[in-house]
Amino acid sequence: MSRLQDKFSELKAANKKGLVIYLTAGMPDMEGTIKAVKMAEEAGANIIELGIPFSDPMADGPIIQAASYQAIKKGMTLPKVLELVREIRKFSQIPILGMGYINNMLNYGFDKLTVDAKEAGMDGFIIPDVPHEESGEMKKACQEQGLHLVEFVTPGTTDARIGETCTTADGFIYCVSVNGVTGVRKIDYGPINNVIEHVKKQTDTPCAVGFGIGSPEAAVEAAAKADAVIVGSAVVKLIMEDKFTEAADLIGAIRQALDKKVK
Amino acid sequence: MSKGRFGKYGGQYVPEIVMPVLTELEAAYEKYKDDPEFLAELRKYYVEYAGRPTLLYYAENLTKHYGKAKIYLKREDLLHTGAHKINNALGQVLLAKRMGKKRIIAETGAGQHGVATATVAALFGMECKVFMGAVDIERQKLNVFKMKLLGTEVVPVTTGTSTLKDATSEAIRYWAAHIEDTHYIIGSAVGPHPYPTMVRDFQSVIGKEIRQQIKEEAGGRLDYLIACVGGGSNAIGTFHEFANDSDVKKFGVEAAGRGPAVGDNAQTLSNPASRPGVLHGAYSYLAQDDDGQVIEVYSISAGLDYPGVGPEHAMFHEEGIVKYVGINDQEALDAFQLLSREEGIIPAVESSHALAYLEKLMPNTNKDEVVVVTLSGRGDKDVQQVAKALGEEI
Repeated sequence: MSRLQDKFSELKAANKKGLVIYLTAGMPDMEGTIKAVKMAEEAGANIIELGIPFSDPMADGPIIQAASYQAIKKGMTLPKVLELVREIRKFSQIPILGMGYINNMLNYGFDKLTVDAKEAGMDGFIIPDVPHEESGEMKKACQEQGLHLVEFVTPGTTDARIGETCTTADGFIYCVSVNGVTGVRKIDYGPINNVIEHVKKQTDTPCAVGFGIGSPEAAVEAAAKADAVIVGSAVVKLIMEDKFTEAADLIGAIRQALDKKVK
Repeated sequence: MSKGRFGKYGGQYVPEIVMPVLTELEAAYEKYKDDPEFLAELRKYYVEYAGRPTLLYYAENLTKHYGKAKIYLKREDLLHTGAHKINNALGQVLLAKRMGKKRIIAETGAGQHGVATATVAALFGMECKVFMGAVDIERQKLNVFKMKLLGTEVVPVTTGTSTLKDATSEAIRYWAAHIEDTHYIIGSAVGPHPYPTMVRDFQSVIGKEIRQQIKEEAGGRLDYLIACVGGGSNAIGTFHEFANDSDVKKFGVEAAGRGPAVGDNAQTLSNPASRPGVLHGAYSYLAQDDDGQVIEVYSISAGLDYPGVGPEHAMFHEEGIVKYVGINDQEALDAFQLLSREEGIIPAVESSHALAYLEKLMPNTNKDEVVVVTLSGRGDKDVQQVAKALGEEI
């Protein structure tokens, strides 16, 4: 069992929903990211999605775009993201997934990247511009190192496609709540909940819902059928403004709401 | 390997959200691409609205100027809206109509594709939004006004470098949130499958007409084809028809800008420093830094300064089917003036890159040989910028 799988088993045994927090690597700077991971874990995060900044983040809304752009300007690179993971592993065993776009990884080389990521203590990758059809080579490289490669379903994913995705799903399934990009907004979770019901019939791989979740109320709604929720832009916005206390309060409030209201 | 590959290039590197709409588009394109009724309607608009077939013009004065092979110009500049972009915009809007889409979106850099899209949207009564980098909006005020006049909303993009690549990303983001009723008309032979194939097919009318016209009007001989390459749609439209004619030498001309340094040119295939990567849904050649971040490229021509290139060109490059070369700003400006003076034709700065390659090619040609240059657009839009580059106030 991997660190990530252990975490989901632990949550399930405790009858708790998972909380995944996205943080852009290099925001506000290297030290700040380490501080943010510490803060998030203490406030109740179970898993960290560490954003690998890319110049053209096609699946991200304005907040994460701005965070990525600034992080690159400040010199963040994929090798430095791995350095960050090594630093985090000195004080935490929280599962960490690298969330980034395929070009940086192609450029680094899939085989070298997965070897180096494993060595650094990363647990897998989430690559939003790699749908199921294009995932083969990276999947293979990840599997050889015992890393997870997360796959996606959306409200528009057909039943046939859900079937295909579930055959290779691994770590968790990223359930995109809504058509569009990342960023906080009011969302109807009905459509993605229907998709999750289909997914649950075909696989035991946990489901995590993401996109648009920025408050305890939204997290509770999003978690209805899922095993975990993913919160990104809302936290990143606060981190960018150097509001660590507020970020911790938000994560803590979401944690509490999930523990209280969702069974 | 996924669908839509040209050799190892191409594919569908897009968020899962976009996959259903790409599948829908692919199915619609498969259904209509050989449908006689669809093709007849497209033909009707090509002929009656856009002005096809375009002339294959024998440039006698330019031929005399070089004193070597005969030079012909494929006059895409004579099309409605002034460039080849309308070929693709018409094809895609007819497809969008059949798919029941209500809204058209597009990205634009120089504004030529934006104007072509706004034009067909006006013609077919569809709502239209064009995404354009804030920097480009400032540089291309004339085209921005044209689009507004045509009833299109021009959406300024202020993320990243506020240029074409960011406008493209923003169009994809908007599309992801409006897949039900929106069709995205990509302006070049780039993007995820089926776009590179579809755009290529709509632009292939250029090469097909060249073959026909060379036979009918120029004695059937063809030795060289030249076209400029940004994303590469007029070039793929010119070359694809002749991909298997190994006796026709094909040159794709990229913008060498102000020099070989990273960021000073827009050469993706003819630059030894560039290497394959993924941008906007396709695996192809890409201008990127050591960490794999896409870099902002430069050319005097706003239509050529895109950091990627169509995946079929990447295959043609590797297989040696087309030779990709660079022409710098100054060489393009010289060619711009030469054609204006010799033939009374003011070419687009993009097309001037293709014309400028004649300087290098012609000395090695013979009098009985035939060269065709695709004149992808007219230069009205560029006169102000060229005047400035030449130090004239207008």
